[in-house]
Amino acid sequence: MAHALRGRSAVVGIGTAGLGEAPGRTAMELLAQASLAAIADAGLSLADIDGIFAATSSHAFPTLSVAEYLGLRPRFFDGTNIGGASFEMHLLQAALALDAGLCDVALICYGSNQRTASGRLVSMSETQWHEAPYRPRHPITAYALAASRHMHLYGTTRAMLAEVAVAARQWANWNPDAFARGKLSREDVLSSRMISDPLTKYDCCLVTDGGGACVMVRADRARDLKRKPAFLLGAAGAHSHRSIAQMRDLTVTAAAESGPRAFEMAGLALGDVDLVMLYDAFTINTILFLEDLGFCPKGEGGRFVQDGAIAPGGRLAVNTNGGGLSCVHPGMYGMFLIIEAVTQLRGDAGERQLPRCEVALCHGNGGTLSSQVTALLGSAATVTQ
Amino acid sequence: MTSTAASDNGPEAQYREHLRAGRFMIQRSRSTGRYIFYPRVAVPETGETDLAWVAAAGTGIVHAITVNRGRDESYNVALVELDEGPRLMSRIDGVESVAIGTRVMARIVAEGDEPFVVFDVLKEPE
Repeated sequence: MAHALRGRSAVVGIGTAGLGEAPGRTAMELLAQASLAAIADAGLSLADIDGIFAATSSHAFPTLSVAEYLGLRPRFFDGTNIGGASFEMHLLQAALALDAGLCDVALICYGSNQRTASGRLVSMSETQWHEAPYRPRHPITAYALAASRHMHLYGTTRAMLAEVAVAARQWANWNPDAFARGKLSREDVLSSRMISDPLTKYDCCLVTDGGGACVMVRADRARDLKRKPAFLLGAAGAHSHRSIAQMRDLTVTAAAESGPRAFEMAGLALGDVDLVMLYDAFTINTILFLEDLGFCPKGEGGRFVQDGAIAPGGRLAVNTNGGGLSCVHPGMYGMFLIIEAVTQLRGDAGERQLPRCEVALCHGNGGTLSSQVTALLGSAATVTQ
Repeated sequence: MTSTAASDNGPEAQYREHLRAGRFMIQRSRSTGRYIFYPRVAVPETGETDLAWVAAAGTGIVHAITVNRGRDESYNVALVELDEGPRLMSRIDGVESVAIGTRVMARIVAEGDEPFVVFDVLKEPE
């Protein structure tokens, strides 16, 4: 029997602002512009918002800052911050709050000006005292350690990692909103500057500006609004550690827990998924999540992605916007997984539109492979009227 | 060598006090024999609070390793699995990098304000 939350709420509006570079804008200005765009996209008014869900890299009390800036007095709010996966978790929190009648229109939002403000990742993540003497670079050192372990155990190679970056770029080349476009070969990735072995510059996500937001309402109301709803079919989170030194197995993320739980809630199987949006902060992420979510056996992710398997025309559509690697990555990317999933479910993805997209999986990652949240969104065809 | 407490401070401060005295100590549960790192007030997951300080053997193997590369300096960051079981972040001195599986030995160094533990290579993996 399907879970009580399945299909009970839907994303009805999406918006972005300042993707790529937005000089002279603050994080909150970008967040607010994206929020207003999402509200307009839904055909609603600012005053309709009575639930706020937010996490940023620069606000200690994000829902307070958002509500004040937009002049809202929300009835329900949640500022859970688990890094980049926060927004997938907010989908679930918003679905719960909507279903319980604690709010009627939920706004999930994010904004960052990290590229033009600092040129590097902005993070509020505090250094762990037992790591500090060794000067790990947050967050790349942790991901590089996981990659070293994956290569050691499973024979994954740098060329296999590079294939992930190349596939992302090929998708980005179909996306006019992607920040990094142009030819990128496996050789380009392999010969680019090594940053933290085995990860080169092109194994790392972009550092961009950008705001993103979405609006959720209950399913009954969603059907009366102007855009095709993207129904939340299932979502689940899991987290496994704060410090990479405490991660039990560096090659198995908590996606192995969040994925099955989300599918169970949705009453779906892997084969039902048309679009896979994975948080690709680094190329190793895509490989780990393909394995942990079950698209290939543990250890086989590097081989799975070979020969353009996840590139346009491949056997699995992964990160069709170009991902954090080539589309946009303003510090916490999770919001943008949702935006691309909704865009594809609506059939609005232009040249990169998948021929069939009824079910989209969004998998958020946060911290240093620490938090994992899987959400399944579906078109009207996936829910009974 | 075992020791109850270096002071009345919490485990993190006591760990640092031991290091300043030249001792790399980890905690062990008296009832279960399980070793833990980093120092805590209780064993994670099971909650035993019967933790005593025990001198770490200092030996372990490199579990994962990376080299952070910069314009001015490059340095490795490793995860070392101690023979007692716990894993910690550290640095392998004297080499740019080493193979995963390399046996290493702990050494306390003083750089900056606080002493901390680094490792030297004992034996490369076969």
